[in-house]
Amino acid sequence: MTAVTQKQGQSATLASRRYKKKSGFVESWNRLKTNPGAMFGLIVLIIMVLLMIYSFLFITKDDVMAINSGNRFKPPSAQHPFGTDSMGRDLFKRTIYGTRYSLTVGFFSVAFGFIVGVFFGTIAGYFGGWVEEIIMRVSDVMASIPGMLLGMVIVAVLGPSFLNLLIAIGISNISGFVRMARASVLSVKGSEFVEAARAIGMSEIRIAFSQVLPNSISPLIVTATARIATSVLAAAGLSFIGFGVPVPLPEWGALISDGRNYLSLAPHLTLFPGIFIMLVTFACSLLGDGLRDALDPKLKQ
Amino acid sequence: MGDTILEVRNLKKYFKSPRGMVHAVDGVQFSIERGQTLGVVGESGCGKSTLGRCILRLIEPTEGEVIFEGRDICKLNKRELKELRKDMQIIFQDPFSSLNPRKTVLEIISEPIIFNKLMKGASKAEIENRVLELMDTVGIAERLINSYPHELDGGRRQRIGIARALAMNPKFIVCDEPVSALDVSIQAQILNLLKKLQKEMGLTYMFITHDLAVVHYFSNDIIVMYLGQIVEKAPSEILFNNPLHPYTKALLSAILVPKVGGNKDSIQLRGEVTSPIDPPDECRFAKRCDYRCEACEAGNPPLLEVEPNHFVACHCIKPGENLLKEREGYVSAG
Ligand SMILES: Nc1ncnc2c1ncn2[C@@H]1O[C@H](COP(=O)(O)OP(=O)(O)OP(=O)(O)O)[C@@H](O)[C@H]1O
Ligand code: SF4
Ligand SMILES: [Mg+2]
Repeated sequence: MTAVTQKQGQSATLASRRYKKKSGFVESWNRLKTNPGAMFGLIVLIIMVLLMIYSFLFITKDDVMAINSGNRFKPPSAQHPFGTDSMGRDLFKRTIYGTRYSLTVGFFSVAFGFIVGVFFGTIAGYFGGWVEEIIMRVSDVMASIPGMLLGMVIVAVLGPSFLNLLIAIGISNISGFVRMARASVLSVKGSEFVEAARAIGMSEIRIAFSQVLPNSISPLIVTATARIATSVLAAAGLSFIGFGVPVPLPEWGALISDGRNYLSLAPHLTLFPGIFIMLVTFACSLLGDGLRDALDPKLKQ
Repeated sequence: MGDTILEVRNLKKYFKSPRGMVHAVDGVQFSIERGQTLGVVGESGCGKSTLGRCILRLIEPTEGEVIFEGRDICKLNKRELKELRKDMQIIFQDPFSSLNPRKTVLEIISEPIIFNKLMKGASKAEIENRVLELMDTVGIAERLINSYPHELDGGRRQRIGIARALAMNPKFIVCDEPVSALDVSIQAQILNLLKKLQKEMGLTYMFITHDLAVVHYFSNDIIVMYLGQIVEKAPSEILFNNPLHPYTKALLSAILVPKVGGNKDSIQLRGEVTSPIDPPDECRFAKRCDYRCEACEAGNPPLLEVEPNHFVACHCIKPGENLLKEREGYVSAG
């Protein structure tokens, strides 16, 4: 005890405070910064989030739902930047309002798929044997059903609502993460530091999640970003065919579905929501590609 | 004498493979005295690492007993095993895969302390001081405490691996080729460190290597393994002065400096290596042995004590008679 206090006296602060820690996050961020595509994607996504916050603060549901029959099919103008729709509603407000659906679906359905999929994928990859067999077979079955079809079935059973749409897409995201996590864990679990952890008495389940998983996470983050793009598209697609967000609500897919009826009369009705869908998916893909490079440990010297 | 810390009896580890059972370790038997070093030599794939891992029960042995301080560790339950792990540690071969890339030096070395509550009730600062002490013991500068493994060279990483093992205050350490991945200049430093630690802490080592020169420097006793079995076992001096098994001779001849005026060239190992997958019931070295005869196909030779403390597994070497000597003539002639 005395030795300890003495030592502390010598070094007034903890050694770990005195020496700087290079954070892996900062290093990755520095690499990401040099990638123009990824930065473009990131900026677009940040703008989308800002638009969503704006819509929460300044656009009420009445603003986007109220019918104004004297104002139908107005082309874009200073007053209505995106024009108006068949009910005379301002398309700019409706599109901005719609960010909340696409972004929430993108984020939460992927988060759901990530948590469930990575959990089971890690268990399958680390423990192997019959546990792996069962998890992978179930995941294969889920993967063999096309996402749209699975979404339609789930929405058909549970009824069309935003939450059900989210659940449907979330479930269709699981199997991809199971497979990615398993493959990634397999490549890490043979490392000697896993055995070192076993040698200090750590339980297998703890090793799997506290030692192996953190080292398997980079490719999963890349997958997650790409998955956000496909989930946004899937949500729009399901809404387009009437299986998603119920009609008068301005989900982007639903907006396009509505605009489709007036394609020659008012092309702006499909154009603007289409551009937004494209921007979000494109931004996610670019960011995902950038992350793949930025998180690659092989690039660390 | 007789303070045996570890005794291994008839240890076997078979791996299932698509083509049959891999006999990675096949009936190994030895013991180690407290404070001593047992060297384990043999070429790549002969089962040295598997043996080390079975002894620590990092993998489950197929058969046999590993008795550490009087208790068979294969029979311990999870809690007892966790307790025992404090006494038995391992230093790995590859300093690049043996440290978790996501953890700092501080986290790596303190992990065993925190996880096993080795310093119950200690504050963060106290644990950190213990880490600094360990870093000092293995010769790592204090300023590296927050470094990540990829920022350090192989020698430093290996030192951290050693500090992590020492953090548990072990009595026995399996050193699995701890220097073979390092530059020659650094090898000596690490070996000296290990030797110093052994002296200061009274550690017992099982030292695995394929480098006989290293093991000569280090070991009291040496076992030579071939395809999962011990072919020769003897105190270091005896083994180096009077190697008997043809495989040991070949290994030694590869490292010994040719004697002045001597005509002994290094013995080349020829022939294919017997597969460890369901090996045939004959001497496993037979396919490469210059001395083989019909007797060699008559089953796997047992390990016999041919002179005091000197054990050999060869059909042609029995206590008091060495048929190989007679054959020496025609071997070099043929
Ligand atoms: N998990 C495993 N599954 C199947 N076979 C294995 C496994 N681990 C090791 N083996 C096999 O067991 C045999 C012994 O391997 P081991 O790693 O113990 O050899 P080694 O003597 O340590 O070799 P090296 O000097 O290359 O480290 C080899 O034939 C190897 O292919
Ligand atoms: S038993 Fe025969 S084949 Fe085997 S080492 Fe001895 S002499 Fe060689
Ligand atoms: Mg090995």
